[in-house]
Amino acid sequence: MSYDALRHLADSWGLVFLAAIFVTCIGWTFRKGAAAHHDRAARMIFDEDVDNG
Amino acid sequence: MESLLLKTGGWFAIALLAFVGIMLANDSGFAVHMTIVALAALTAMWVGMSRTDYAALARGVLKVPADEGVYDDDPVRWGILATIGWGMVGFLVGLFIALQLAFPALNLGSEFTSFGRLRPLHTSGVIFAFGGNVLIATSYYVVQRTCRARLAFPTLARFVFWGYQLFIVLAATGYVLGITESREYAEPEWYVDLWLTIVWVAYFVVFVGTILKRREPHIYVANWFYLSFIITIAMLHIVNNLAIPVSLFGSKSYSAFAGVQDALTQWWYGHNAVAFFLTTPFLAMMYYFVPKQAERPVYSYRLSIIHFWSLIFLYIWAGPHHLHYTALPDWAQTLGMVFSVVLWMPSWGGMINGLMTLNGAWDKIRTDPIIRMMVMAMAFYGMATFEGPMLSIKAVNSLSHYTEWTIGHVHAGALGWNGMISFAAIYFLVPRLWGRERLYSLRMVNWHFWLATLGIVLYAAAMWVAGITQGLMWREYGSDGYLVYAFSEVVAAMFPYYVLRAVGGALYLAGAVVMVWNVWATIAGRQRDEQPMSMPAYDPARDRPLAAPAPQAAPQPAE
Amino acid sequence: MATKFFDHKRIERNVTLLGALSLVVVAIGGIVEIAPLFWIDNTIEKVEGMRPYTPLEQAGRNIYIREGCYSCHSQMVRPFRDEVERYGHYSLAAESMYDHPFQWGSKRTGPDLARVGGRYSDEWHVQHLKEPRSVVPESIMPGYAFLAQRELKADGMEKHLRALSRVGVPYDDKAIAAAADDLRHQANPDHDSDGFAERYPKAQVRDFDGNPAKVTEMDALVAYLQMLGTLVDFEAAAPQEQRR
Repeated sequence: MSYDALRHLADSWGLVFLAAIFVTCIGWTFRKGAAAHHDRAARMIFDEDVDNG
Repeated sequence: MESLLLKTGGWFAIALLAFVGIMLANDSGFAVHMTIVALAALTAMWVGMSRTDYAALARGVLKVPADEGVYDDDPVRWGILATIGWGMVGFLVGLFIALQLAFPALNLGSEFTSFGRLRPLHTSGVIFAFGGNVLIATSYYVVQRTCRARLAFPTLARFVFWGYQLFIVLAATGYVLGITESREYAEPEWYVDLWLTIVWVAYFVVFVGTILKRREPHIYVANWFYLSFIITIAMLHIVNNLAIPVSLFGSKSYSAFAGVQDALTQWWYGHNAVAFFLTTPFLAMMYYFVPKQAERPVYSYRLSIIHFWSLIFLYIWAGPHHLHYTALPDWAQTLGMVFSVVLWMPSWGGMINGLMTLNGAWDKIRTDPIIRMMVMAMAFYGMATFEGPMLSIKAVNSLSHYTEWTIGHVHAGALGWNGMISFAAIYFLVPRLWGRERLYSLRMVNWHFWLATLGIVLYAAAMWVAGITQGLMWREYGSDGYLVYAFSEVVAAMFPYYVLRAVGGALYLAGAVVMVWNVWATIAGRQRDEQPMSMPAYDPARDRPLAAPAPQAAPQPAE
Repeated sequence: MATKFFDHKRIERNVTLLGALSLVVVAIGGIVEIAPLFWIDNTIEKVEGMRPYTPLEQAGRNIYIREGCYSCHSQMVRPFRDEVERYGHYSLAAESMYDHPFQWGSKRTGPDLARVGGRYSDEWHVQHLKEPRSVVPESIMPGYAFLAQRELKADGMEKHLRALSRVGVPYDDKAIAAAADDLRHQANPDHDSDGFAERYPKAQVRDFDGNPAKVTEMDALVAYLQMLGTLVDFEAAAPQEQRR
């Protein structure tokens, strides 16, 4: 494959593809019910506060 | 019994193999390394035999089952001690080579003490020995706490720790002996690379095994960062070190790639050693230790998810910015530049997420020196991840590349971000791991903080000025149309900056010495008698003027 | 949104999926950037004059690597006016096509060496390597006097050339078999080696370290330095750097 063909791909569908992935990833974190779940996950490290090392 | 025989026999076989290696060695360096391997294997064998409880063995019990109610923290404790020990070595060698650049007589005329051989000792010492140990130790600590489970495969976990120390010893002695692949931050030769691969796979098994036996449904975000670090470092390490050894009994090998492909493979590795060794796992530390020390959850868990995926996706592209204006094809350079600039966003997203965790508790910066260290670490992370994209812009890079500016940039990140967050984690962990009520001295943490900060500022400032001076002098033309400076004149102009840099490094080292003392005394169970680090409590009830002074309360003039 | 499928919770709760996805995500950038270099034909434009290193030069290169010279010296002249005037024609990809590993470097504590070949005399190099400050007072380079004492092991060179041929350097069987003789011949013209000049055009044959009695590591390193950048003829402008 030549440089020009690759460059063309990168500037068209490749770009669209990556942009779509980016938007999907951001969208994911804003889905319904995520906030409560995230809040639980963030506080998880305080569930145990006994260190028995 | 069989398992004891198998293990002992296995170590003995490795020792025998190493002896064969010594006998057939093509070069003295390889013989020295095989001697180290043989000694390590014999030590492992001896420890295994002497530690075995033979009475229990006779009763048919192989091993006392571990107490599932206690976290498995032995490797964490060793790891913290190894971190501190190797850190001192790495800092000291760094100071020494900094002085060598100012005073070349310090090369001492011996091949073993010349700058070229000690420089990888310093870089690998601080990145892989100091950094690697703090990462293994904290990942073992964090993964157990966030999974509410003991380490899976405790024997393997110990093998990872000791195997990694053997890797460090082989790498370090190799540099001094002149055994090197010359790939920056991946200098160890083929057999040491193979050994590290084995250790790394074991590390992966222990880490993933622990996550699999977790008692929490959710995998906490710190573990994602640790996991991506373990996986990606494996990928980078294996691909970048592909090589054909000259002989199975010699240290030398030749890289599988040549020239331009070799250069990009190496800097794809080199930049992502920064990304996946010095950034993602240290971010994992940030995501665990900052919330724990501040006693409040991370600012935005949603942001941490976006942060994770965007950071690991973007970072891997940035390698070509180390090869701007070289014989690397332009398209690759441009890709590297664009992704490096875009990388600024997730980096700062992570920094903001860490800093804003303190939202509502900013007073802790004043009262808690460990929080202060964490905040400084995140501030330096933000600064270095702004400077990095800037330096990767081709126009800026044309001036900065090959100069001391790069060195200053790396150290702002390494000393400021990696160093400070590691010190903070050590101060957090030591009392907990050794069951002490508190650190020996919080005021000494404060001393460490200021010595280190002043050291970094001197270091970075000296290298900025040096780098820009260097870049400008190299390209300066006189009115006659000729280059103004000979190369040697630029070298001479660097002298004051090299001295200043060494002073900065010495201050940073002094801070680390204070830490050694503090940690030592804490483990010994002592507590320094000192003023508490907090301000007097604020009482709004007392913070008001006396309204209408009652007559009897009015001061009576003396008569 | 179809939460069954697009549910980050699944990833957050499944370490296999998390690990696999991470690996895919981190692999993309490297594959897109590195893989094309191996098959896009204009990555390395062919130039006249490139040949593999002679055994003596390769041995010198290994010493260059062993001593960590790349820590302070680059071998990559960028296409800027000042660099081209200071060091010579900018470096081409083809010039490092036989470099396993590459030595482009990342830092110029000392000057670039991509075209140092032929710039200085052998005597200058030997004296400079032994005692850098006796020829360049401002230098901060370590001294390498021990190189002149240490004899170079010639007999292992076949194995080195064979390993290099395995990674793609075009040494034929004859070149590999003659490696030790070629090495001795290049450092000592009295020692014969048939076909050396045809195998390695433009190779410089002489005693490099001023000590004809034995072939030392100094011979090898100076031979390597003296050939750097000399294979491709650019008819480059003479360097204009002037000492004030």
